[in-house]
This record gives sequence, C-alpha cells and structure tokens, in this order.
Amino acid sequence: MDGRSLIRRRAGLRLWLSAGWLMLLGIAALLAPWIAPKDPLAQDLFLGRLPPFWMAGAEPGYWLGTDSLGRDVLSRILHGARVALLVALVAGTITCLIGATLGLLAGFLRGWVDMVISRLIDIWMAFPPVLFSILLIAVLGPGLTSIIIAIVVIDWTRFARVVRAEAMAQGAMDYVASARVAGRGRIGTMVREILPNVLPTVVVLLTLEMGIAVIVEAILSFVNLSISTDDPTWGGMIAEGRTSIHQAWWVLVFPLITLFLTVLSFSQLGEGLKDRFDPVLR
Amino acid sequence: MIPGGAAKQDMRHRVTGTGMVILRTLLTRLLTTVITLAGVAVIVFFVIRVVPGNPIAMMLPPGATEEDIARLSALYGLDKPLVTQFGIWVAGVLQGDFGTSITTRQPVLDLVLGRLPATLELSIMALVMAVILGGTAALIGTRYRGGRREGAIDVANGMALSVPDFLWGLVLILLFGVLWPVFHISGRVTPSLELPFTTDFYLFESLIRLRFDLWADIVAHMFMPALALAIPLAAIIGQLLKQSLKETMNLDYVTLARTKGYGEARVILREALRNAALPTLTLVGVQFTFLIGGTVIIERLFSYEGLGNMAIDAVVNRDLPLIQGIVLLFALIFTAVNLIVDLLYAVLNPRLRHA
Repeated sequence: MDGRSLIRRRAGLRLWLSAGWLMLLGIAALLAPWIAPKDPLAQDLFLGRLPPFWMAGAEPGYWLGTDSLGRDVLSRILHGARVALLVALVAGTITCLIGATLGLLAGFLRGWVDMVISRLIDIWMAFPPVLFSILLIAVLGPGLTSIIIAIVVIDWTRFARVVRAEAMAQGAMDYVASARVAGRGRIGTMVREILPNVLPTVVVLLTLEMGIAVIVEAILSFVNLSISTDDPTWGGMIAEGRTSIHQAWWVLVFPLITLFLTVLSFSQLGEGLKDRFDPVLR
Repeated sequence: MIPGGAAKQDMRHRVTGTGMVILRTLLTRLLTTVITLAGVAVIVFFVIRVVPGNPIAMMLPPGATEEDIARLSALYGLDKPLVTQFGIWVAGVLQGDFGTSITTRQPVLDLVLGRLPATLELSIMALVMAVILGGTAALIGTRYRGGRREGAIDVANGMALSVPDFLWGLVLILLFGVLWPVFHISGRVTPSLELPFTTDFYLFESLIRLRFDLWADIVAHMFMPALALAIPLAAIIGQLLKQSLKETMNLDYVTLARTKGYGEARVILREALRNAALPTLTLVGVQFTFLIGGTVIIERLFSYEGLGNMAIDAVVNRDLPLIQGIVLLFALIFTAVNLIVDLLYAVLNPRLRHA
C-alpha cells in the first residue's frame, strides 16, 4: 500500500502544478492589456533584437527582450496567451458538447440512433486527421474561426466514442433500471442518471482536448494559416524566432517554453484527473 | 483495439493453412483499400470545389480582365459543371494524369513523385529510430522491473507522450542546432555539395554508391526531424512492449526457461520478446500512419524538401490540383501501410500459422 500512496501523492503534485500554471496563464491572459509592459504591436527598429534583462545590452522595461522589429517579447507572449486560451476554450467546449451529446445519445438510446452515429464515427475515423485538416483549412481559408471549425469537425469523435462506450456501460447498471421503474422517462434518466456518471470522463477528455487545441493553433499560426501575422500568437512568434535563431534565441525560446508548459500542463492535468476519478486507484 | 477484431479472428480460424489466410486477408484488404481510396478521391474532389475565392483569379496579374479569367478557367476545365469536371479528372487520374499545378504549372504527378522519396526516407528513418528507442526502453524497463530504472523510464515515456512532435522538433533545434550545433537545422542536404544521384532517394543511393561523405551529410540533416517524429512513437512502443513483456514474463513457458538456468536477459530476449512483440507490431502500424502525417509540420519546421512541406505551400497558395494530388498520395501511403501491417500480422501470428 506504501507504493500506492506514493503514486497518489506524486499524482497530486502533478495535478496541482499543472492546474497552477494554467490558472496563472488564464489570469495573465485576462489581464494582458493591463499587465503587459508594452504594446505588443509597437515596433521600434532602434530597439530591435534586444536581449533579455540579465544580458549585456538589455533595455529596462523589455524583460524578455525584443524581436527583430523591436516588439516586446513578454507583452507578445501575454497577448498570445489570449489567442491560445480562447481557441482552447471555444474549440474544446464546442467539440465536447457535440461529441459528448452524440455519444450519450448513441450509447443510451441505442437502436437506429446508435447505428447512425456509430457509422458516422467509423467513417470519420477512416480519414487521417492530417489530411482532414489540410483539406479543411484549404477550404475554409486561414483564420481563427477556421481553426476552431477544423478542430471541432475533426475531433468530435474522440468524445463521441468514449462517451458512447461509457453510457452503454452505465445504461446496463441496476440504478438505471430502478430509475426507470420509479417512473423516470428515457430522456430524464439519461440527463439525471447517466450524465452525472459520465461527466468525470468528459472532463478528462475536455482537458486533453484543450491541450490539443492549443497545439493546433500554434502549428497553424507557425505556418501562417492562423490570424494575421501582426497579431501576437505563440506559433507566429516561434516562426519568427526560428528564422533569427542564431542572432536572437530569446524570440524562439520564451514562447516555446510557455507553449511547452501549457501543452504539458493540459495533458498532465487530464492524466491526473483520470487517475483521481479512477476508482481502482482510489 | 481494432473494431471487429474478434470477428476477423473467427473468420480466419475457419480457413486452414497460412497461404489461404494470407491470400484471403490480402484480397479483402485490397478490396477495402480500393474502396477507401475511391471514397477519399470523391470527398477530396468535391470538398475542394467548395473553396471560396477563385484560384484562377489569383494566378493572373492584377488588372486581368474577366475574359482572361474565363479563358484560363476553360484551360483548367474549371468552367464545366462539377460532375463533368469529376469525370474528366477521374479519367485523367486513371491514366496517371493528376492535372497541372496552378502555382508552378508543372504536372502534379511529377511534383508529387519528386518529393515522395524525401518523405519516405524521413518516415522510415524515424520509424527505425522509434523502434530502437522504444524497444530499448521496454527491454531495460522489463529487466529492471519494479525498480527505480523502470520508474525513470515510465516518467520519460509519459513526458514524451504529453508533448507532440512539433514541440520536440523545436526543442531539438535549440539543443543540437544552437546550443551544441552538431546537426543541420534546415534542408535535406548541404546545397553546395555536388550530387551524383539519379534517383531522389538520397540516403539510400549515397549508400549504394559508397559515398559515405554525402551519406553523413544527409544523415546530419535528417537526424533531428526524424528524431522529433520518433519520440512520441518510441514512447508508445516502449509502454506497450514493456506491458506485454511483463505479462509474458509470468507465463509458464518463461518460468520453465528460467528453471533451465537461463539468465534474465536471455529469457527476455530469446523467449519472451517473440511472443510479446505481436500486439506492439499492430499498434506500430497504426501509429506509423500518424508519424507520416506528422511529417507535414516537421518538414516545414526543418525546411526539409518533402511532400509535407509542399502540402503546406499548396494550402497557403490555394493550389487545388496540387492539394488534391498530395492528399490522394498520402491516403495511398496510409492504406498501403495498413495493408502491409495486416499481412505481417497474418504471417507472424503463431496462432494463425499453426491453425
């Protein structure tokens, strides 16, 4: 039992660390217009490629240095967090709502509803996600809305598949039968009895999906298919930093660390919650 | 793991003889492959035609008249009804004519086939790296199971899985391109080198021609993108193989081997590995297609002249015929990989062999 409590303690630490980072990031994103030291779009060619504060040649006020156009790296990271978390929240929530609803309906109602939804999932899964996203972005054109639509259209099956299986397992349990005997209707049973029991799984999936959304946005802004290049995004900053990596490593490194920690936190939070909800470990 | 896996197994058991099983698998899989590809072709063709914005207008210099646009549309066959366009396109594809790229005005087939070798070499190198890394991790983890070394491997696996290849690529660029610059961070080969190659399989051909200087240069370019692609797959292989190995280690025949006095390392390598590898093999097949998908962004990141890099250019430039060709080729590769894995499974599965 000793090892098990150790696992739990480690899992707890992981959970709190990642939740803490995401909270911090969320607050920073909300307050970005007020706490960012500089205007993220302000260019000043005389202040181009300033190093971060501890290096020789740094300018006060530009904590993490500037890029080749003299824009403040820290302010751009803070404003980039707004874009990243916006996509994570919006795309994650819509994907979750659509996928989980379809999964719940298929898993609980069964019959022809399940037939239709399951067939749809199978067809979707047969199509490789990369090809799907290339096609969708080609069709929808660049931009934040396209990214969100692409994530929702491609990833709803992640939720639908898992929730369907879970709802099916829950539906076979005694408490569902007794709720029905007690006079609850089918939809009532689904919403009042099944939904609360699949919710933990949904929360885990949602957390993981948000991490995916952040990375998808970063990749698409890296290849310049997200919002316009001037607007600060982590992926856009990384793309800029990649070209000037030998002259100004900080333009690449700081957004990269932020992105890395964020993606890692979402996935560790999801895994941590999974362990926490898992009755075997509890 | 695979839907309908159990049903498939039942069907296979009824047929006797390996040859029959393999033949049957081959035929079913070939048929589904053809259907899948046809489905992809139809979807790709029609989805792409919904693109808002006229790609023809983008090809012409500003100030081009309506007439110019109409003439060019007619040249590319874009003025005809959709179904007719589809018919023309399918007829062309069946004769190996995938249309003409709008941006470069070269045949799509030539462009795509010119880039395919670079992507194939990169993917296969990444696969080999993933198998070596993941396999080693699994073997070490099994050998020292329950100990601190297994714990360390689990943590490393977890990290490798949490972060996608794109971020690993950037981390590698910083580590081995900037901090300790031992590898090249962009391109496929140093541009100033003279290449005596007749094919586009640079890595392979440099070996055949015994040009180890060129080979080393090419590997120094491919190493980081391949490693970035390999890391997540290595973690998956490491996890699953370790799990199967540990399960196998408790089986009677392994205990028997141990009582014969064989050392732990030999028991793992000679006895357990063969039986534990099968589930991993199936998974590697599925995951390999994800890895190939990952080349799209990784090639971009490392300015590697492959199919994926071209795909992004095609999307940015709205080069519809080229996008179509690339997506179809990727779909062909994915289905081919799945086919090969199914066949390997049929050949290697001892239960099917002795049926």
